[in-house]
Amino acid sequence: MGAEGPRLPTTAERRRPPVIGPGHTFATVTDKISTIVLTRPTTPGWLAGFLLSFSLMMLLFYAIGYLLLEGVGVWGINIPVGWGFAIVNFVWWIGIGHAGTLISAILLLLNQQWRTSINRFAEAMTLFAVASAGLFPLLHLGRPGLFYWLVPYPSTMGVWPQFRSPLVWDVFAVSTYFTVSLLFWFVGLIPDLATLRDRAETRAARILYGILAMGWRGSAMHWHRYQTAYLLLAGLAAPLVVSVHTVVSLDFAVGIIPGWHSTIFPPYFVAGAIYSGFAMVLTLAIPLRAAYGLEDFITMRHLENMAKVMLATGLIVAYGYAMELFMAWYSGNTYEGFTAWNRIVGPYWPAYWALILCNVVLPQLLWFKRVRTKVPVLFVLSLTVNLGMWLERFVIVITSLHRDFLPSSWGMYTATRWDWAVYIGSMGLFLTLLFLFIRFLPMISIFEMRELVSETDAGSND
Amino acid sequence: MLMGRTKPPIYGLLAEFDTPAGLVAAAERARKEGYRCMDAYAPFPVEGLAEALKFHHTRVPLLTLIGGIVGGLGGYFMQYWIAAINYPLNIGGRPLHSWPAFIPVTFELTILGAAVSAVLGMLGLNGLPMPYHPVFHVPRFALASRDRFFLCVEATDPKFDRQTTQRFLESLDSRGVFEVPH
Repeated sequence: MGAEGPRLPTTAERRRPPVIGPGHTFATVTDKISTIVLTRPTTPGWLAGFLLSFSLMMLLFYAIGYLLLEGVGVWGINIPVGWGFAIVNFVWWIGIGHAGTLISAILLLLNQQWRTSINRFAEAMTLFAVASAGLFPLLHLGRPGLFYWLVPYPSTMGVWPQFRSPLVWDVFAVSTYFTVSLLFWFVGLIPDLATLRDRAETRAARILYGILAMGWRGSAMHWHRYQTAYLLLAGLAAPLVVSVHTVVSLDFAVGIIPGWHSTIFPPYFVAGAIYSGFAMVLTLAIPLRAAYGLEDFITMRHLENMAKVMLATGLIVAYGYAMELFMAWYSGNTYEGFTAWNRIVGPYWPAYWALILCNVVLPQLLWFKRVRTKVPVLFVLSLTVNLGMWLERFVIVITSLHRDFLPSSWGMYTATRWDWAVYIGSMGLFLTLLFLFIRFLPMISIFEMRELVSETDAGSND
Repeated sequence: MLMGRTKPPIYGLLAEFDTPAGLVAAAERARKEGYRCMDAYAPFPVEGLAEALKFHHTRVPLLTLIGGIVGGLGGYFMQYWIAAINYPLNIGGRPLHSWPAFIPVTFELTILGAAVSAVLGMLGLNGLPMPYHPVFHVPRFALASRDRFFLCVEATDPKFDRQTTQRFLESLDSRGVFEVPH
């Protein structure tokens, strides 16, 4: 510590838990985060988790292989329900991704210091969630080998995509989202890769991190341009993240199916996306901070703030549910009214009521500070929100399609074991990528933690 | 320097500092002393450092703007050309140039163009990737990505003199001064 000795916390600081534990310097944050990657041996816990995830990923590949051989008939989809689990899972995964961008971009622009220790792995979560999401529409195409028809290219057939269709907008929205998230994540990693290069103990690691760091040396002019570019990226990612789930919601809202054709869809989808995304960040952050002893960096303040964001967005989602029901009644439209009623008491009533329980009732516990600061309870609540948001998409997709205008064309949808295999397998893909990420890359942004140390005035050498 | 345009024998002199404030103060002093060919190295963006070294202008925002405009206009006209000129579909007499339907893709491509140019522009202007740089010869420089702050006065500076500059850098309350070979 410096010559002045430890600084006494002010009253405001004592009331709120800090964003970083006391006593940290530039050197300690660097060492603590980089040793997780560089010197800490592979733990049995990591290995067990990785093996489980990897097995699930193999299940995904197996299920995809079977699907490609046999066609989409192996899934439960048929007329009238042509959009089964594939679209439910697509929307669910894309939504989960949104919290990463929100934390890294919007909270950066709002100058929220507490974002620093969670933004890196939240961004990684975004990338892996979007990667998992992107699989589903492609597999759902029926002819996945012809996926490139979605892209406008001058083909010998002389045909082009239909740009008036939200499904084509979706291709552009999701691929832009993935590209920009990847750029944002990689740009954030460059200085940390340089740190790993300089601290690597083996030649192979030095070369590998060195190539990825591209010769970063922390020059003042470089930092100047870097910060400008980083802020611009944040400014670009903020409207982008709102647009992505808006476009996803338009896939539904532009259709005339009762229960979909509604103007509330875009804002309600965006709120739902942030809601499920923060739930997923909590689901990942709580075990990670325990396993790697990162309680100094991901403090109670972070968990509590995320719980508050969940509560706020959960209330917006609840308002969306209420408005859907209100409009079904107030519009006087027979079909809208029937769809709402069919959701509540129809054959899929357990899904509807479970969703209300998970997304509306249980999260109200977050009003209490005692609940927000109790880590195991928070963990369980984050899981129930994840489940609730999946059920929400299930209810939207399945119940609207299975009974629309003509009773003679009604039908039921049941997921097959291949539907489940792809869904559970996609979690394997997500978790495998995540396990590899926490093993080989710094899961907390080191240079931003140093900046935080310097801002909180704790950083002096020796 | 008498040597004129020939390459100086060393790259420059590197001074090490303990704190960001020490580095900013040193950069300001060196600037006042008349040194111009300098660069500072820090493990995180230090506030006031670029100003101390008189680095003000960056063309990253301009490149981002151009990328965004190119992406947006390109996206819009691609859709217009495809939907109204190259492959017109008459569906119930609806207008071929249905511009509201073209907005989402135009928006996405604007963001894409701007983001890609921001990143490539930043890397390009910074001269990255750059696998080799003389400062890496100094073993202590590995700490520039951990907790130390460095100021490098380059030998190309007209005022640079091996002895005087070394004495000047030592007088700046630095932790050490190192020679940077080529």
